[in-house]
Amino acid sequence: MALYSEKVMDHFRNPRNVGVIENADGVGEVGNAKCGDIMKMYLKIENDIIEDVKFETFGCGSAIASSSMATELIKGRPVSEAAALTNKAVAEALDGLPDYKMHCSVLAEEAIQSALENYYERHPEKKKDKEV
Amino acid sequence: MKIYADNAATTKMSRRAVDAMMPYIYDIYGNPSSLYSEGQRAKEALEEARRRVALAIGAEAKEIIFTSGGSEADNQAITSAAVGARKNKRHIVTTAIEHHAVLHTLERLEKEGFEVTRVGVGEDGVVDARDVASALRDDTCLVTVMYANNEIGTLQPVKEIGRICRERGVPFHTDAVQAVGHIPVNVSDDNVDMLSASAHKFHGPKGVGFLYAKRGVRLQNLIEGGAQERGRRAGTENVAGIVAMAEALDESIENMARDACALTRARDRMIAGLSKIPHSALNGDAARRLPGNVNFCFEGIEGESLLLLLDDRGISASSGSACTSGSLDPSHVLLAIGRVHDVAHGSLRLTPSPDITDDEIDYVIKSVTEVVAYLRSFSPVWRDLVNGQKQHIL
Ligand SMILES: Cc1ncc(COP(=O)(O)O)c(C=O)c1O
Ligand SMILES: [Zn+2]
Repeated sequence: MALYSEKVMDHFRNPRNVGVIENADGVGEVGNAKCGDIMKMYLKIENDIIEDVKFETFGCGSAIASSSMATELIKGRPVSEAAALTNKAVAEALDGLPDYKMHCSVLAEEAIQSALENYYERHPEKKKDKEV
Repeated sequence: MKIYADNAATTKMSRRAVDAMMPYIYDIYGNPSSLYSEGQRAKEALEEARRRVALAIGAEAKEIIFTSGGSEADNQAITSAAVGARKNKRHIVTTAIEHHAVLHTLERLEKEGFEVTRVGVGEDGVVDARDVASALRDDTCLVTVMYANNEIGTLQPVKEIGRICRERGVPFHTDAVQAVGHIPVNVSDDNVDMLSASAHKFHGPKGVGFLYAKRGVRLQNLIEGGAQERGRRAGTENVAGIVAMAEALDESIENMARDACALTRARDRMIAGLSKIPHSALNGDAARRLPGNVNFCFEGIEGESLLLLLDDRGISASSGSACTSGSLDPSHVLLAIGRVHDVAHGSLRLTPSPDITDDEIDYVIKSVTEVVAYLRSFSPVWRDLVNGQKQHIL
C-alpha cells in the first residue's frame, strides 16, 4: 500500500496554482518551522469572487498536496465559500490523508482564513458587508 | 535507475544467508529442545551459529543470547542492569543521540524512579568520553552509549568510555546495531559488558539479533517461559533466522575491508557533490563516521517531500524530518548537534550499498541537487532567506 492516494501524489507531483501574486488583495502565512509545515496563500479578489489564488509551501507531501487542492477548490468561487472551506473537505477531495497527516490539511484551511483576514483588514468595508 | 540508499534502515539479505537458512525452514524443522535426532540437528545448528557469532565479536558462545533483534537486546540489557542493581544505585548515564530502543527504555525507567543523565554531543555528533566520565556518580548502575549513530553515522569513543567504566566498576552497554558487520567490533578490546546487534543491518534476516552479556553479568528476562538461551530468553528459537544471521555476519566480516573501502569512496564522492548545493551542510563529523553514511541538511526545504521526489527518480533514502516520523519534532539527533528546527526538517540520509557505481553516485547527486532547487522554488521559507527577511543559518 502506498503512503498516499493517487490524488495526493498527483497534486504533490504537479501542484496547481504554485507561485506568488504581486499586489495580492490578501496574503496569509500559517504554520511554523517548529512543526515542519509552512503555507503562504495569495488571493486576488474581485466582486467578492476569488479571481486568482497562488500558494507557496514548505512542507511534506501532504502539506503541498493540501495547498494545491485548497487553491483549486476556492479558485473562481465566492469569498463566502472560500471562507467556509474546511480541512475535511480538502482531505476528502484528495481521497483521504493518513490520520497523522490530517494536521497538514488544517494548515490549508488556516492559510485561506489568514489570507481572508488580511483582505478584510485592507478592506474593512467588505467585512461589514460580510457581517450584514 | 533504481538505487537503494537506505542500508541504515535495513539491508537486502545476502544470497549466502538465504541459502544458509533454507534447510532450517523446511527440512530440519525439529525443535532444538527435543531430544530425538531431528531436534538435536537443529540444536547443533543453533549452537554452531552461537559459536560463530561469538567468535565474530571476540566473545564466548555462552555470552551470546539470541533475541528478536536490536530493540529487544537494548531493552533487555538496560532493564537488566537497572533492575538488577543494588537498591541504592538508581542513576544511568547515556547520550542525547541514542536510538529510540534505548531512549524509550530509559524513559520507562525514569518513571520507575531511576535518574538518567543524557550527555550532550558536540556539533560533530561525537560524545566526549570525559563528559561521560564526569557524569558518573557513586550511584550510577549503568552507562549506555551507542557504537555508531544510526542517523548521522558518527562513531562514538566506545573503547575509551569502556575503559573509564571498567575503572569505576560501572557496567557498560553499547548499542552496536549500526556497527557490527560494518566496522571492526571486539568486545574485549572495546571493554564492553553488554552489546546489542541486529541481523537485518548486515544482510541477515529481519526479526533476529543478539545480546552479548559478559560472563558474570546478570540478566533479567523480558520473556518468561521455557529454559531456552540458558534461561535468559524464553521461546522456541528462530533457528533458520539465527543460522542465517551467523552466515551473514561471517560474510560481512570477510568482506569488511573491501566494502568499507568502496563505501568510504562512495560516501566522500557524495559528500563532495552534495556540498556544492548552496546553503547545505553535512551532519556529523566528516571522518569519524560509518563508511556508508551521508547525512545533509538543506535550508528552505522539508525532508519528506524531498524523499518522495527522490523515490519518483528511483532513489530510496530517508530523512529526520518531523513529517516522516509522524511526530511534530524533527530528529533528536539533529537537534542534539545544534541544528535548529527549521534546518533539521530538511535533512536527508543516504546509506548506499558498497556496489554503487560512480555513475549512480553522480545520478544521486544530480537528482538531489535538482529536487532541492525545485522545492526551494516555491518554499516561503526559502523566499524569506533570499529576500533577506531571514538570515541564512547554513
Ligand atoms: C542504532 C540502532 N539501535 C537499535 C535498532 C533496532 O533494531 P531492530 O530493528 O533489529 O529492532 C536500530 C535499527 O533501527 C538501530 O539503528
Ligand atoms: Zn506535514
